Amino acid sequence: MPEPQPPEPYLSGGGRAPEDGAIAATGAGGAMDLATSEGTTLEKTPGGPEGTGPAGKPRSLWSDAWRDLRRNPIFIISGLIIVFLVFISLWPSLIASGNPLSCDLAKAQEGSQAGHPFGFDGQGCDVYTRTVYGARTSVTVGVCATIGVSLLGSVLGGLAGFFGGSWDAILSRITDVFFAIPVVLGGLVLLSVVTSSTVWPVIGFMVLLGWPQLSRIARGSVITAKQNDYVQAARALGASNSRMMLRHILPNAVAPVIVVATIALGTYIALEATLSYLGVGLKPPTVSWGIDISAASPYIRNAPHMLLWPAGALAVTVLAFIMLGDAVRDALDPKLR
Amino acid sequence: MSENTNSTTAVADVIPGQRDADSAPLLQVRDLKKHFPIKGGFPIRRTVGAVKAVDGVSFDVHPGEALGLVGESGCGKSTTGRLLTRLYEPTEGTVTYNGQDISHLNRRQLAPIRSEIQMIFQDPYASLNPRQTVGSIISGPMEINGINPPGGREARVRELLEIVGLNPEHYNRFPHEFSGGQRQRIGVARAVALEPKLIIADEPVSALDVSIQAQVINLLQKVQREMGIAFVFIAHDLAIVRHFSQRIAVMYLGKVVEIADRESLYTRPRHPYTHALMSAVPNADIDAEKKERIRLEGDVPSPISPPSGCRFRTRCWKAQDKCATEEPPLVQISGSNEGHLTACHFPEEPTTVDRGEDIVLDPALAALEESGENA
Repeated sequence: MPEPQPPEPYLSGGGRAPEDGAIAATGAGGAMDLATSEGTTLEKTPGGPEGTGPAGKPRSLWSDAWRDLRRNPIFIISGLIIVFLVFISLWPSLIASGNPLSCDLAKAQEGSQAGHPFGFDGQGCDVYTRTVYGARTSVTVGVCATIGVSLLGSVLGGLAGFFGGSWDAILSRITDVFFAIPVVLGGLVLLSVVTSSTVWPVIGFMVLLGWPQLSRIARGSVITAKQNDYVQAARALGASNSRMMLRHILPNAVAPVIVVATIALGTYIALEATLSYLGVGLKPPTVSWGIDISAASPYIRNAPHMLLWPAGALAVTVLAFIMLGDAVRDALDPKLR
Repeated sequence: MSENTNSTTAVADVIPGQRDADSAPLLQVRDLKKHFPIKGGFPIRRTVGAVKAVDGVSFDVHPGEALGLVGESGCGKSTTGRLLTRLYEPTEGTVTYNGQDISHLNRRQLAPIRSEIQMIFQDPYASLNPRQTVGSIISGPMEINGINPPGGREARVRELLEIVGLNPEHYNRFPHEFSGGQRQRIGVARAVALEPKLIIADEPVSALDVSIQAQVINLLQKVQREMGIAFVFIAHDLAIVRHFSQRIAVMYLGKVVEIADRESLYTRPRHPYTHALMSAVPNADIDAEKKERIRLEGDVPSPISPPSGCRFRTRCWKAQDKCATEEPPLVQISGSNEGHLTACHFPEEPTTVDRGEDIVLDPALAALEESGENA
């Protein structure tokens, strides 16, 4: 978007004429010619395509980030993949006409055939249909667990980092306690008492055990951001705590949280598979990539297609979210534009 | 603008010694202390000591006046500055602004004063939010204080950018698009946006290139004169302080050891530490008379357990037993000008003339000098 550059350099001169008794009189200041050095620094002003003219709209971090994202191919590709995933999660029957639960044992482990491009799994179910239908559960688990973990973790960790003191000490110890719980063992204990066959207990369990990770990251980056002089400057201006947090600390502390959260999204989908494999996660007849991956893993030598299609779908999904997180993080950093 | 500068300098350029003694000070600091606790111990953490960063500082700042605060690194200059803006709460002592004690006010009570006391920070790279445009950085003070200038905030920001010598068209740029000197100008624009009565400038130029320092100093001086803003100018560069401030306080280890008008301090210093500081100023003039050189020994003592009595005695060449037992009060001593206060039992002669011999307290340096002379 090349816009006309503002006329440079800006030299109004008069307003900045050297005052009498300028610093040259002070001994150490030796020979500083103010009039000339004034002009040269102004000329050095970097003039990029973003140098908006007087008619330019006011820029803000978020509007700039959005404009930047729209031109970023990585964002477009990952966005399209995610939109497609959401689409098939909502209406799987639009692209897969079969029923994921109608299986024919006679066709168990068979390769691809006409009408069944991905072949059949160990139970003789159509892998293509199951992969399409599995998107809903896996995407729901991954996205909801990530959102829950990010919100809970960054709010608690952010407040601990911001306020410090006893609140921070208590929260940090609680974080340590949760870190000490082994995920699989915790899942076996907690989820075995749950009878519901929906995805929500699994998501709840992931949020419960996942938030300390995000909380530590958020706490650290808030503490880093908090120490900056611009936060002190805002405080000296009388800014409220909420203004300091929302305007100054949040935009400067959010990047690591975004990165860790998008990477964690893939882990949650994989964790769902692990828990399902152990029999405490999702239970059939729920269709999920995790269940299919665990069911197919013993047969990777004789029928690799059973594993590769759902695993490939999982990999593409995780990659799309990581790319999205990366693009958003970069867009939120004005220095990288 | 430089023409009308001369007409508006009257406030600032009054020789402070002749200042109307009755004019009420804008800011009164009395026995100000800030002790940072040191936590330690196991298993229960408790306070095991305190860093006495500022330990009993008193001075006044009059309206429109520039008070310089000089001293070595770690002497408590910046802490004092942050106490004045109430970024820190004092441990003891009072800060009185316009007759109101602000030392322990909470955020809500401070709100009306915040717009009148502003701060300029040392590091222009850390003091501007990298994720805000220059426009929103400078209009921040107006937003926080709910001020709607005539013509709108954006127009006011453009005007401020022009005042500090930046292109008003750069309203929409981000801080990283500017050089260090330009960033510091943005910091100045933010500080003067509310037309404050007092600005605490915490080493505003020490992070800048020498060629840019003079520009920013002259900008600050212009702002000070044209807007009649009082400054507390914190710096360790004596030449810049001399240029900028009408009155100067010298700090050592959390205390003011000498405070005087510019001329009096620079031509008739009394405190040995001030002498040592002055002798460290490099002189570019080769025709100038040779100045005495005073080289102190060692480092500033730890502010956790400062020396008894006079704090400077451990590095002072005039120290006697009295200095260890009795803390010298900050008073006007005989032979000093009116308003020239010194905290010393055995002050130096009020002169900067070469005493004919260097004072070299550092044994290593002394040995070096000796071998140099013998060679």
